[in-house]
Amino acid sequence: MAAAFEKARSTATAESGKNLLQVGALTMHFPLTQGIIFQRQVGAVRAVDGIDFFVEKGETLGLVGESGCGKSTTGRAILQLYKPTAGSVRFEGTELTTLGGEAMRRMRRKMQMIFQDPYASLNPRMTVGNIIGEPIEVHHLARGKAKTERVQELLRIVGLNPYFTNRYPHEFSGGQRQRIGVARALAVEPEFIVADEPISALDVSIQAQIINLLEELQSKFQLTYLFIAHDLSVVRHISDRVAVMYLGKIVELSDRQELYERPLHPYTQALLSAVPIPDPAIEQKRKRIILTGDVPSPVNPPTGCRFHTRCWKAQPICSEADPEFIEQSPRHWAACHFPG
Amino acid sequence: MPLLEVKDLHTSFFTRDGVVRAVDGVSFELNAGETLGLVGESGCGKSVTALSLMRLIPMPPGKITEGQIVFDGTDVLQMDDDDVRGIRGNNIAMIFQDPMTSLNPVLTISRQISEALELHLKMDRSEARKRTTELLELVGIPSAGKRLDDYPHQFSGGMRQRVMIAMALSCNPKLILADEPTTALDVTIQAQILDLLKNLAREFRTAFILITHDLGVVAGMTQRIHVMYAGRIVEKADTGELFANPKMPYTWGLLRSIPRLDERRKERLVPIEGLPPDLIAPPPGCRFEPRCQYRRDLCREREPELASVPGAKPDHQARCHGTQAGGWLVDLDWRSEIGDVRVLEEIKQEVAAVPAEAARLGAADLTPREGP
Repeated sequence: MAAAFEKARSTATAESGKNLLQVGALTMHFPLTQGIIFQRQVGAVRAVDGIDFFVEKGETLGLVGESGCGKSTTGRAILQLYKPTAGSVRFEGTELTTLGGEAMRRMRRKMQMIFQDPYASLNPRMTVGNIIGEPIEVHHLARGKAKTERVQELLRIVGLNPYFTNRYPHEFSGGQRQRIGVARALAVEPEFIVADEPISALDVSIQAQIINLLEELQSKFQLTYLFIAHDLSVVRHISDRVAVMYLGKIVELSDRQELYERPLHPYTQALLSAVPIPDPAIEQKRKRIILTGDVPSPVNPPTGCRFHTRCWKAQPICSEADPEFIEQSPRHWAACHFPG
Repeated sequence: MPLLEVKDLHTSFFTRDGVVRAVDGVSFELNAGETLGLVGESGCGKSVTALSLMRLIPMPPGKITEGQIVFDGTDVLQMDDDDVRGIRGNNIAMIFQDPMTSLNPVLTISRQISEALELHLKMDRSEARKRTTELLELVGIPSAGKRLDDYPHQFSGGMRQRVMIAMALSCNPKLILADEPTTALDVTIQAQILDLLKNLAREFRTAFILITHDLGVVAGMTQRIHVMYAGRIVEKADTGELFANPKMPYTWGLLRSIPRLDERRKERLVPIEGLPPDLIAPPPGCRFEPRCQYRRDLCREREPELASVPGAKPDHQARCHGTQAGGWLVDLDWRSEIGDVRVLEEIKQEVAAVPAEAARLGAADLTPREGP
């Protein structure tokens, strides 16, 4: 079976070119139910509602948006931690949404995740050695002494003392715990890592340490990242391309420089103008676009363009027709009736 | 006479592991109508400073062990509890970080705002209700009159923070302490709230102390900034001066370690290596010395005073041997010279070799012990 799997993979890789990951019409709805014994569905939280994008090998795709926009759900649905409601996720040409348990487990070796909260994502009852060693064991990569050595090597790679293997997570600070989380993700030598807000729980001075570590690891191991964050400055720094999400949809996607200098979607423009810049001279001169109101509920999103309730450019058509996500200029996609 | 004068404030927490000196000799002044930023990382003592001003330190395990807090001519630390209650919410108000947890979930918002009005301004129910409506309109809550009897869970995060601000404004305080008022909010909502705070400060000439870890937020909001590290103020300057001409390696580190939205080229960040010190046994010399790539032997031996520095405005003070008169960093261009790479590597190694004591720094672990 393993051989068949390998064969299937190699043929698929050949046809997919340089895109490591291809996401098509990905939809993730969480049902809302009513009733205690006879539960019936009364609606759905439309966390992700039909998004298309690809990730090229070796690049970092930044995924930004405000809380509740579906960016974390996207990350988890790609890794099949949630079973997507619809759509396709192709990794190296292999369709993940239809893969069975064992085949999916083997795919997971290639794709790993780094979680947001370094306090909640490490089991407090496991030693660091066991935390990092577990994926090595699960995927039968090494045993006994070889495994211990591999764990020590991983600790060294992420900038921790290799003799920490018998310590417990509570003995470490937030930044050090996040390094342990990174080491765990690296343990299976993945190609693709989904980093879900990996630095937002950390202190400012520690954030840069982790950003630099992720960048170093990327060039050392040719990793591909999907970097999920709400901080636009950090995303600009780390990403090659950036996708902006709003209420379950990607509204704009482009190369990093292009997106930050020529944003086409009004939401991107507002988002960029809202970020404070640590320079009083610039801050005083800057003109802010202050959006009114809050993000609508994903249970009952607005008709037409989902942003039209807060958009200052909105016209009648915006509440009627959902704008297509189209390539406005080369490699710059946006979903807006009045881009620019 | 300044509105607020804090002199040599010491606040400690007495825990099983030892005495955590969270605020260790902090002094500053604030004039009426002025906006001051207190900047630092978690555990640097900025929130404890604010709580001390309101006398809201949980005792035990906490205790204000030394110092004076002179507000409007009287020392808050000498007052009895009744007098402090007369000031709290009335002359000094506070906006907390998390609007989800700092509003009472079982009381309507009109009840929560009117409480202070009835208590401090001796309004009756209907007057207080009317004033509450005005306050909610002032902070931009749509159809405020209809929402008076709503409960906090019926509001979004940004709206809850507006309710908090309305509550803080209710008694026309002279001073508002805003402790990370936008940290829990999304960036577009943060922009709304900062915009609101800025307009209110201008309109009512209320003095603000804005506590945050975000240098971007203070850049646009404050007149002066004090940078805190490990329980002490390490740099004081005008906002413009602090960003244009910082004089403390810790401030340099902070500025260099954050990516900027207007970054053109992809530059490598220079993080501050290492971890903040353990406040139970802080380093004997400069508290930043263990993480400082410009350090010399002197830094380990003697802690520098907070003093004015050459090549800067006269009211610009820094706590660094290197940038003070005769120091080795006086003429250094902090943007281009990131310090001794060998020392940086050394600091990295040191930290990698020691398991963090820093976890203890977090306020989470302040287990009470018998008082001092």
